[in-house]
Amino acid sequence: MKHRISALFLGTALALAAGSAVAQDKTVKIGVLTDNSGLYSDLGGAGSTVAAQMAVEDSGLAAKGWKIDIVSADHQNKPDIGTTVARQWIDVDKVDIFVDVLNSGVALAVNNLVKEKNAIMINTGAATSDLTNTQCSPNTIHWVYDTYMLANSTGQALVKAGGDTWYFLTADYAFGHALERDTSAVVTKSGGKVIGTVRHPLNSSDFSSFLLQAQASKAKIIGMANAGGDTTNTIKQAAEFGIVSGGQKLAGLLLFINDVHSLGLKVAQGLNFTETFYWDLNDGTRAFSKRFSERMKNKAMPSMVQAGVYSGLIHYFKTIDAMGGNPHDGVKVVAKMKETPTDDPLFGKGTIRADGRKLHPAYLFEVKKPSESKGPWDYYKLIGTTPGEQAFRPLSESACPLVKK
Amino acid sequence: MQALYAQLLVGLINGSFYALLSLGLAVIFGMLNIINFAHGALYMMGAFCAYFLLHLTGIGYWWALIIAPIVVGIFGMILERTMLQWLAGLDHLYGLLLTFGIALIVQGVFQNYFGSSGLPYAIPDYPEVGGFRGLQGGMNLGFMFLPIYRGWVVVFSLVVCLATWFLIEKTRLGANLRAATENPTLVRAFGINVPRMITLTYGLGVGLAALAGVLSAPINQVRPLMGADLIIVVFAVVVIGGMGSIMGSIITGFALGVIEGLTKYFYPEASNTVVFVLMVLVLLVKPTGLTGRAA
Repeated sequence: MKHRISALFLGTALALAAGSAVAQDKTVKIGVLTDNSGLYSDLGGAGSTVAAQMAVEDSGLAAKGWKIDIVSADHQNKPDIGTTVARQWIDVDKVDIFVDVLNSGVALAVNNLVKEKNAIMINTGAATSDLTNTQCSPNTIHWVYDTYMLANSTGQALVKAGGDTWYFLTADYAFGHALERDTSAVVTKSGGKVIGTVRHPLNSSDFSSFLLQAQASKAKIIGMANAGGDTTNTIKQAAEFGIVSGGQKLAGLLLFINDVHSLGLKVAQGLNFTETFYWDLNDGTRAFSKRFSERMKNKAMPSMVQAGVYSGLIHYFKTIDAMGGNPHDGVKVVAKMKETPTDDPLFGKGTIRADGRKLHPAYLFEVKKPSESKGPWDYYKLIGTTPGEQAFRPLSESACPLVKK
Repeated sequence: MQALYAQLLVGLINGSFYALLSLGLAVIFGMLNIINFAHGALYMMGAFCAYFLLHLTGIGYWWALIIAPIVVGIFGMILERTMLQWLAGLDHLYGLLLTFGIALIVQGVFQNYFGSSGLPYAIPDYPEVGGFRGLQGGMNLGFMFLPIYRGWVVVFSLVVCLATWFLIEKTRLGANLRAATENPTLVRAFGINVPRMITLTYGLGVGLAALAGVLSAPINQVRPLMGADLIIVVFAVVVIGGMGSIMGSIITGFALGVIEGLTKYFYPEASNTVVFVLMVLVLLVKPTGLTGRAA
C-alpha cells in the first residue's frame, strides 16, 4: 500500500513536471524569407529583418521569459530556392513563423509547404490575391495588400476619371498575371475596356519595345502590372518616349515609396497608386519610421512590406503571449490570431478574416510635384481612403474553402 | 509595318550597349587572355561615377563621358597591376574566378550603401542649340517617336567602336599590342615595355565599360545590379561573335540587339532567352563563333 501511494505521488509529480515543462516552452523562431540581393531587396530585404528585430524589442516578451530568435535568408526570387530554405528551416532549424516572403511565385510555393508542415506564414510582401482565395490556408495570413485591392482602388479611380481603355504591360510570372487579371476585371466591371497586353520577362532592363507596342495601341491608360526595378524603368523610359506627353496615362498598379525615391519626383510626379502604409500618415507611423530609418544603412524610410513585418509580428507576439506558451501548432495560433482584433500604430485597428485576409484601410496617393516636397521621402499626397471592408475582395466572392457560406 | 521599323531601331539602340560592352571584353580577352567577369561591375561603376560627379561636384554629363572612363579605367589598371597580372599564363578559370569575385564584392559594397532600386540621373539639358535643349526631347520620324538621347547613343557608340577597331587593327600601337600577345618575349626584345602595354589595354577595355555605363545612366536607373543583369547577355554576344574578335563583337552586338528587339515584338516572353538559343546554335555549328579564329 505504501509503495503504491508513493508510486502514485511520483507519477503525479512527474506528470505535473512534464505538464509545466510543456506550458513553459517559450521559444519561438522567426524566419525572414525575402529577396536580399535582387530587384525587390529595397522593398523587403535587410529592412524586413530590421523591422522584425524592432518588433521583438518592442513586444517586451524577452522580459516575460520568452526566447525569440530571428533567422533570415535570400530566396533570390526563385520558388525552388525558397522552398528548399523553408523546408530546412522547418525541419532542421525549427522555425515557427515565416514573415515577408515577397514575390508571389515564391509565396505560393512556400504557402503549400507551411500548410503541410503546420507552420505559420504572415505574408507581407507577395501581391497575389490567390493566397486568400483559391490557395487560402489555415496557416497563412496575408497582411499588407493584394492584387485585388490594388486593382479595386487604383483601377476604379482611374476608370472613373475617364481612363476607359487599357493596355497592360505585365511581368511574366504569377504576380503579374494575377495583377493583370484582377485589374482587367475591375476595368471591365466599371465600364472600361482592355484592348491589349504585352508580357515581359521579370527583371528586364529595356522596356522601349514594349512601350512602343503600348503606344501604338492608343489606349488611354497603360497599366503597369509589374513591380520594383521593372516599374521604375518602365516609368523612366515612358517619359523618354513621350508617352505621357502624347496623352496616354501610366497607371502604376504596384509602386512602393522606394521606387518613387529612386525615380525622383521630377519623373514620378502625378502618378496615382495605392498603398496601405506611408511613413507620414500620423504620429504613430512617423515615430516608427524615424526609428526604423536610423537603423538602415541607406537611411531609407520603411516600405509597406517592412512595416507589415513589424505589424504582423506585434500581433503574433500578443497572441502567443496570451496563449502563455507552446506556440508550435500553426493552425491553432493562426486561429487565435484571427479571433483577436489587431491594433498597432502602423496600420491602426483591423481584423483578420476567416480566409486569412488582414483588413485595414487602403490609401490612394498621388506623388507630389518637386515644388510641393519638403525634402527626401516627403513624396505623397493622400487623395482617397477606402475602408478595409470595401478595399479587399468580399467574402461573398471568395473561392476559399475556409469561408463558410 | 511601321511598328516593325520602330522595333528595328529600338533593337539597334540596345545593340549599341551590347557592342560597346562586348568590344571591351573582346579587347581584354584578345590581348590579355582574361575572361573579365568584372566587366558588368565596372560598367555599373561608370554609371555611379557619373552620378557622383553630378551630385557631389556638379560636373555634368558631357564631362562625365570623359572623366568616368578615366577614373574607372585607373581603378581597372590598379586591379590589373595588383591582382590580375599574377594570373598571366595560368588557366582561364583562375582569371574568371578572380574577376567574378571582384564583381560580387564591388556590387555588394554598392548595394550595401545605395540599395537595389537605384538612383536617378537625368538626360542632359545643355547646351541649348536652336530648339533643342541638350539631348532632351525627341523627334517624330513618322513611324515612331525617337528620343534624341537614344539616337545619340547609337551614333556615339558606333563612332567609339570603330575608333577602337581602328586603333587596334590599323595603327602601329595596335600592331605592337597584337604582337605582344603572340610573342611577348620577342616584342620585349624590341625594347617595348610589354607589362605596361598590357595594363593600359586592360584600362582601355575597362574604360569602354565605364563609358557604356555613363551612356546608360540616363536611360536605366543607376543601380548596383545594372551590370549583373546585362553581363550574361554580353558574354553570349562575345561567344557568338567569336572570342577575341574585335569587329566580330561589334557587328554581333548590334545584330543581336536587333534580333532581340524583333523577338520582343513577335514573341515577348522569349526575349530574355533568344540570345542564348542563338548562342547554342552557333556553338553547335561553328564552335569558334561567327568570326573567331580556331584556338
